[in-house]
Amino acid sequence: MLDLRIKNDFPIFKNNPDLVYLDSGATSLKPRCVIDAVVNFYSCYTANIHRGDYDNSFIASKEYDDTRKLVCKLLNNDDPDEIIFTSGTTASINNLAYSYGLNILNKGDVILTTLSEHASDILPWFKVKEKTEAIIKYIPLNNDGTFNIDNFKKVLNEGNVKIVALPLISNVLGYINPIKEISKVAHEKGAIICVDGAQGVPHIKVDVKDLDIDFLSFSAHKMLGPSGVGVLYGKKELLDKMDPLFMGGGANARFNKEGEIILKEIPTRFEAGTPNIEGVIGFKKALEYLLEIGMDNIEKHEKELGRYIVERLSSLPNIEIYNPKTDCSIVSFNVKGIFAQDVGSYLNSFNIAVRTGNHCAKMLHNIIGASETVRVSAYLYNDKEDIDKLYNALKDITLEKCIGAII
Amino acid sequence: MFSDDIKRTILLEHYQNPHNKGLVEDDRYHLVHNASDSCIDDIKVQMLIEDGIIKDVRFDGVGCTICFASTSIISDLIKGKSKEEALHIIGEYFNMIDEKEYDEDLLEEANAFNTLSKQANRIKCGTIGIKAMKELIDNYDK
Repeated sequence: MLDLRIKNDFPIFKNNPDLVYLDSGATSLKPRCVIDAVVNFYSCYTANIHRGDYDNSFIASKEYDDTRKLVCKLLNNDDPDEIIFTSGTTASINNLAYSYGLNILNKGDVILTTLSEHASDILPWFKVKEKTEAIIKYIPLNNDGTFNIDNFKKVLNEGNVKIVALPLISNVLGYINPIKEISKVAHEKGAIICVDGAQGVPHIKVDVKDLDIDFLSFSAHKMLGPSGVGVLYGKKELLDKMDPLFMGGGANARFNKEGEIILKEIPTRFEAGTPNIEGVIGFKKALEYLLEIGMDNIEKHEKELGRYIVERLSSLPNIEIYNPKTDCSIVSFNVKGIFAQDVGSYLNSFNIAVRTGNHCAKMLHNIIGASETVRVSAYLYNDKEDIDKLYNALKDITLEKCIGAII
Repeated sequence: MFSDDIKRTILLEHYQNPHNKGLVEDDRYHLVHNASDSCIDDIKVQMLIEDGIIKDVRFDGVGCTICFASTSIISDLIKGKSKEEALHIIGEYFNMIDEKEYDEDLLEEANAFNTLSKQANRIKCGTIGIKAMKELIDNYDK
């Protein structure tokens, strides 16, 4: 387990000493260094990037661009030009779907995905499907929601598969998909693999070279950084084939009244308009913080916490866990006879923050047989004491107490 | 007003044994389907109005305690009332939820929701079925 003193780095715990935050799958808390970096940009060197001939603009530009190098370090990538900043995972995937999918897909081409997908990793592809008359097919999952590589191979052989869109870690079930194997098989068939890393990149070590990922999308806010910043990683040869979704200032080198545009090089051609500068600068600090602790250690910590959550909750007879084999610290469950949201309100009365509902994975009920669940998701600042508090609250839960917590 | 104990009992009773639950197959009934965009509450409400009187209200679907109990209680309250009286009761219920002045006597058991306004994320649960009823009354003759 990681050092318990990590909590001291997060001012929110100073201001909410009783908070048990188990909703990091929704967004993560922020360490002091990230908050300070954002404030510092505003207080000390506010300037736009890449265009001012003065010191503050140079500093801001350098901080902004250096963040790409740190993202590379995180992903074991060597080319910062392959890192595009967006406003978040959703923007990254939309960018990808419209700028790449729309360009390369033809009528009858297949996009492969699964029923456990988050809305942000499926709705953009629905839209592209509509415009290109491509087909979306679902890879049948195992009964417990885990990935089945044989099913994947079978579906892959059935049509002209161009794109495989999958999460690194499912946001409801917490399973790590075998991306390395999946990308190998996909590449043999000439398909590319687009990985939704929103729940994965913050929690496990990701090596884009080793996994041979073509595109990877993720958000800063789920990994200690500010909201409104995301990353789209793409292999250079694929980024070259993309038509930027947004046109505007900062992305072009020249244009004239005839409408001829010369775009800047990658990645700036994909970052039209003034980006979330302070957000990216804050993200840099988040990356430094995570890398200092080490993604290996974070992964280990969360695996252990996940096992502890399952162990504690499965000892309660009134609780049904949907993913007892979780690979990380995401655990989804229901209390028998009590509606998930009522459980959420009850836990709130103990200052325990969880997420209830369908978690944007609206097709998943076909697999787990429940339309809504309570989801706990931990991060590096959580410890076993947090889980014990969750356990103690759930130990005594009754419908009557849940109602009492609401009225 | 009600003590917390009584409020709990009222809500528990209406959640576990909701009144007017179960839809009917009858063409005379009008139907509204209301689904929350932020949670799982998803209910259908049916209504039969004859000669300006709410003859019957039925509902069914998936919902939490607050959703089912509020729909059950208000359906009881407006049954047998004229459209105007029913709309007035519903209006007073929304006044309570919005923390405005309202007529406690008129709302009877629905007073159990007098602190729902403090639970911002549950207000939708406590209004989704009632909004369907208002819609049904408003549009009945259209």
